[in-house]
Amino acid sequence: MATEAREIEFAEIKELYTRFTARKVVFILGSLGALVALSLYATTLGSARLGIGEVSSAVFARIFPFAGIETTSFADVVVWHLRLPRIAMGIVAGAGLAVSGAAMQGIMRNPLVSPFTIGVSSGAALGASLAIVLGFSLVGAEKAVVVTNAFLCALLTAFLVYGLARMRGVTGESLILAGIAVMYFASAATSLLQYLATEEELQAVVFWLFGSLTGATWENVLVVTVILFFCLPFLMRYSWDLNVMASGGDEVATSLGVNAARVRIITLIVATFITAGIICFTGIIGFVCLVAPHITRLLIGADHRFLFPCSCILGAILLVGADTVGRTVFSPVVIPVGIVLSFIGVPFFVFLLMTRRKEYF
Amino acid sequence: MIIEVKRLHFSYGHRPVLEDITLEVEKGEVVTLVGPNGSGKTTLLKCLNKILKPKKGTVLLMGKDVSKMNLKELARLSGYVPQNGVRTFPSTVFDIVLLGRRPYIDWRVSSRDKEIVAGLLRLMGLEEMALRDFNELSGGEKQKVLIARAFAQEPEILLLDEPTSNLDLKHQLEVMNLVSSTAKEKGVAAIISMHDLNLASRFSDKMVFLRERRIYAIGSPEEVLTPDNVRAVYGVEAVVNKDSGRPYIIPLEPLQASKAAAATKTA
Ligand SMILES: Nc1ncnc2c1ncn2[C@@H]1O[C@H](COP(=O)(O)OP(=O)(O)OP(=O)(O)O)[C@@H](O)[C@H]1O
Ligand SMILES: [Mg+2]
Repeated sequence: MATEAREIEFAEIKELYTRFTARKVVFILGSLGALVALSLYATTLGSARLGIGEVSSAVFARIFPFAGIETTSFADVVVWHLRLPRIAMGIVAGAGLAVSGAAMQGIMRNPLVSPFTIGVSSGAALGASLAIVLGFSLVGAEKAVVVTNAFLCALLTAFLVYGLARMRGVTGESLILAGIAVMYFASAATSLLQYLATEEELQAVVFWLFGSLTGATWENVLVVTVILFFCLPFLMRYSWDLNVMASGGDEVATSLGVNAARVRIITLIVATFITAGIICFTGIIGFVCLVAPHITRLLIGADHRFLFPCSCILGAILLVGADTVGRTVFSPVVIPVGIVLSFIGVPFFVFLLMTRRKEYF
Repeated sequence: MIIEVKRLHFSYGHRPVLEDITLEVEKGEVVTLVGPNGSGKTTLLKCLNKILKPKKGTVLLMGKDVSKMNLKELARLSGYVPQNGVRTFPSTVFDIVLLGRRPYIDWRVSSRDKEIVAGLLRLMGLEEMALRDFNELSGGEKQKVLIARAFAQEPEILLLDEPTSNLDLKHQLEVMNLVSSTAKEKGVAAIISMHDLNLASRFSDKMVFLRERRIYAIGSPEEVLTPDNVRAVYGVEAVVNKDSGRPYIIPLEPLQASKAAAATKTA
């Protein structure tokens, strides 16, 4: 009798876990649907009035050219040239920032770490300021100078921080401390540049520092998409290894067959690369890579197989949503998305932390 | 011979911690490592599965040199329970035990993987908490989860670092029964560090006394669990009673520092 009851329980545990996993998949599909809906809705908003129907047919007419969907050339231009580049940038940038945050937190077993901790943002800011203030008179194609300079300085700073942290053993704490030291230095240099800048340059620097999706083009979107296309599979492949590392530290990882040092350095490089590749176009959009992974963990747990894709989607929703609010609420004034994110993201995050009782550290 | 340790030396930086350790373990044997705090039990276990790299000497598992094995191969061969668990991101008990299947899983979790985990949870009496957050468990419950994870590796060798230190009386016996029956039935070899000499005596085929970086005594509990050894290794006066089969000790008094030194010299 007793054994019979236990047999049922045995099947039940397995069933319970299978359902637990299935719920996560359903949640991910649901949030993907929400992202599509949000993006379409965001495309309808703007100075030229277009309904959701017109927008949808304009969008899908190009995606499925042989389906014979009717659309007007006016709608086509507004949607594909004015609005979608910005929204697409929001999607890829949000996804990339979120996933690199999730990866960094996993390898360091520390929820406070993000690519920004290791100096990517302060490096990019310094690089951009250098280009805007000092490089201004040198090259005609100013935009490309800012982007490449920001990108390279971001990578350099990250490797500097990593190198410093390495001297004491790479832990969350050593990375954060080295990151802070380097960040102060880079900020001081950026401030000095601002001090030396002309009125016009100063405005450009400050605008860059806010982080915004204004000026997104299909070329930018393409570059970021290509980066994600090559980097995401890398991170996904390490899902199990990151699960092992996040749950028990390096020694346990070794005993479960995971080369923690190697996984850590590769993940770090990939995450840095993604983040630098995004913020060199958008400026400093910080909040997403710290918070999107947290929200995801609160909602579906810390299993990286699901955490990665779901963080991507939630990061995209967060960024597109915030940008939409930023460009509509005080229209025609557009508030940079970095600022909006903090205004709506922080209270939402605090709310989640307060109402969900799962503790972190 | 499933485990052969030959003339192993290990040091943290310049501080030697293990010297000239030689040890052989057969299939199905349960070996306990005992010795005072800091005598090198944890370090020795970590040298066996490549967490630490010995300075000198070799470790052979199933006749193969550990330093030449890749980590995944090694993880299928030996399961490990650390002395201290660490905090994790919120993760369910089921997911934690499932990580023991990592050496076998490429991407997809097979039905068999889930069955193994479910079976172990039931065996450990953890079925009620399968989907609870690991961080919310008590110390003993956590320890059982980590033991289940090591079993999920389906290893030939179990390396357990004080697996019973947080368990209550009944669970200590249950876990040790499980280890020794797995050893006897499946031919798994187990090396277990512990502080409870009586538990060690009861369940081990061989006891290893570590003292000051070296093996001080090695043999069956009857041979090595003697008042002299306990005095020399721990600096504690004790009587050893043999009336219930395996010897068990009753500790009496810690020796004074001077006497302890004397005991060490005469030993
Ligand atoms: N990471 C480390 N770096 C330097 N020394 C260490 C390190 N870990 C342990 N030691 C030292 O090595 C010696 C052996 O430590 P070990 O942890 O192996 O002891 P133990 O027998 O497991 O002790 P306990 O019974 O307290 O668990 C101790 O002197 C300890 O201080
Ligand atoms: Mg120890």
